[in-house]
Amino acid sequence: MAFALDEQQQMIAETAAAFFAENATSERTRAAMANGIDRDLWRGYCRELGFGGLMVPEDLGGAGLGHVELAIVAEQAGRTLAAIPLLGHAMATAALLASGDRAAIDVHLPAMMAGDRIVAAGERGGEGMLVPHAAQCDLLLLLCEGGSHLIDASAATVEPLKSLDETRPLARVLALAGDPLPGGAALCEAARATGVLCLAAEALGGAQEALDRTVAFAHEREQFGRPVGSFQAYKHRLADRAVEIEQARSAVWWAACALDEGHETRALALHAAKSFCADTYLRVAGDMIQLHGGIGFTWEHDAHLFFKRARAIANMLGDGPHHRERVARIMLDEAA
Amino acid sequence: MKLGFSDMEEAFRRECASWFEDQMAGEFADIRGIANLVDKPERRKAWERRLAEHRYSCIGWPIAWGGRDATLNEQVIFAEEYARAGAPNRLNHMGVELLGPTLLALGSSEQKARFLPAIAEGTAIWCQGYSEPGAGSDLAAIRTRARRDGDEWVVEGQKIWTSLAQFADMIFVLARTEDGTSGREGLSFLLVDLDQPGIEIRPIRQINGEAEFNEVFFDGARCPVANMVGAEGEGWTVSTTLLSFERGISTLGQQMQFRNELDAVIAAAKRNGKAADPVFRQRLAEAEIGLRLMRYGALRMLADGKGGALAGAALTYKIQWASWRRALGELAMDVLGQEGEVAPVDAEAWPLLANLYLYSRADTIYGGTNQIQRNLIAERGLGLPREPRGNA
Repeated sequence: MAFALDEQQQMIAETAAAFFAENATSERTRAAMANGIDRDLWRGYCRELGFGGLMVPEDLGGAGLGHVELAIVAEQAGRTLAAIPLLGHAMATAALLASGDRAAIDVHLPAMMAGDRIVAAGERGGEGMLVPHAAQCDLLLLLCEGGSHLIDASAATVEPLKSLDETRPLARVLALAGDPLPGGAALCEAARATGVLCLAAEALGGAQEALDRTVAFAHEREQFGRPVGSFQAYKHRLADRAVEIEQARSAVWWAACALDEGHETRALALHAAKSFCADTYLRVAGDMIQLHGGIGFTWEHDAHLFFKRARAIANMLGDGPHHRERVARIMLDEAA
Repeated sequence: MKLGFSDMEEAFRRECASWFEDQMAGEFADIRGIANLVDKPERRKAWERRLAEHRYSCIGWPIAWGGRDATLNEQVIFAEEYARAGAPNRLNHMGVELLGPTLLALGSSEQKARFLPAIAEGTAIWCQGYSEPGAGSDLAAIRTRARRDGDEWVVEGQKIWTSLAQFADMIFVLARTEDGTSGREGLSFLLVDLDQPGIEIRPIRQINGEAEFNEVFFDGARCPVANMVGAEGEGWTVSTTLLSFERGISTLGQQMQFRNELDAVIAAAKRNGKAADPVFRQRLAEAEIGLRLMRYGALRMLADGKGGALAGAALTYKIQWASWRRALGELAMDVLGQEGEVAPVDAEAWPLLANLYLYSRADTIYGGTNQIQRNLIAERGLGLPREPRGNA
């Protein structure tokens, strides 16, 4: 056991970090907000970076990597608020592989891996069906316990909406037609697990970036003749957030390893990671605004983009109370 | 990156578990599960010697000094199984975990030969003389002095919050050896025998009624000059090295104790129905998540292998576990309600959870208060500008 990134994983992290830092700039993300996806960035991610088939087995033309690597990459994407359909892509990849439906795999995976076919994924149930990227996608993955659907976007009725998080806009899916994928509840669970991990890792990256930018500001900004970061009221709040981010990182790594190893703590880890990381991101992004003062409340500053993304992540694939209730059931030995 | 251990490591786990179970179910059943530091000291000294007989007293030390040269993973496993079996808190924690590694790193060969065997054999119990009435968070404000008299140091002053001094044989002391110095300059690290006329130990009664802390008064206490670790005036550096060992492997064992405490809270909540209350369910889940993340944080910290360097997970670990445990104490009392406030009239000590509630208030103070931890995280971890300091 060595609970640290190995050499290859370290390299993937560095490669992804450099790619997103160079390409997913604030300017490009803001430009993509007009239509919800930075398509060039996504093609670059899939093709140049070669991550379109990150978790696809090598015999299907993928990189054959696991959830640890997905988490590493999603963290970096989340750091820059990259406007890419990574979540739906990862969930649909997991769903297709879990379905074992060779025909569906052959039809969809190659185009998905090339970045030419965009998938939006969401869960049926709750009030309405708000699905990120549903208005931009080519394919829709809709998860249901009884039977999940992967359908052509043209076969669904989708109502575009103004979304709080414009870097990953939601749309309402009103009606759809299509055959369910084979695989039932197991497929649904596999796709959901991958999605939950992806969101937790994104939240970790977003929280880390929000903290780093606030720390940088704390050095520059002076009041009362001193950098504001020298005041304990300021630094103690940042320290608390740093503590939470370290825990969030442990949560993501734990969940990713547990998924790849089929570890007995798998379910617990996912519920813990989603609730903890989303809460952490909410707090850090909120503090980012507070600690920047007035400038943090402006449209021009990126703080609101983190703040809105954090809110969107918190609500997707089960909110904090939902996941903590699941943890309670497991720890209290109650039937699921 | 992996969660699971190797087959060989799992075999070592079974070996540890079975030996601890034999001991704790057999000859040492009377001290099984003792979580505080003060009960049955003589039996716990016997337990230290038993560990040594089995070469289990300091498995991370080199074989030449009585250890097993155990790998990091083996030490993790050992600490977990030790605590899982309910073996009592180590009476010689400070000798084994703090002073021993410090001497191995910085001690002279003569000092190693004189002091390490007795720690490994469980025959010399150590305590730590750092804090003073005027030197708490500002540890460098130490006023205890040592002056040279021939080939001896003569120590005058007072230490406070000295855990286990009443049972210890030796104390390691930070004392000012150079007149006119202040702060980190002019301090030296001395090893002093507690059994001598110049030393008086007075227990301090704590909020749970027990006394594991003490005041230690030095009035002409003596130690040989050869008992100084590191160079004269370099005591601060030595003590910093020592503190870096404090965040070692033993934290994994400590978490097993936390597990037992959380399990007791869960059991209480199931008994009285609070486990069905959605508000309590959320809080129980938070506690469970916090404990799990503590484990994986500790594993990350160990895998980092920076020799105790204060960075990332290591830097945030103290405030994390201390705050978690304090919150668990509060949750425990909320679960128990008024029943948590009472015990039989002849009870010698508070039951586990009431004691947790009280004792955990110390966790966020000793070993660096939460306020100091936040300063450290912000200044060393995040690189924020230092708080302006007065002229100490």
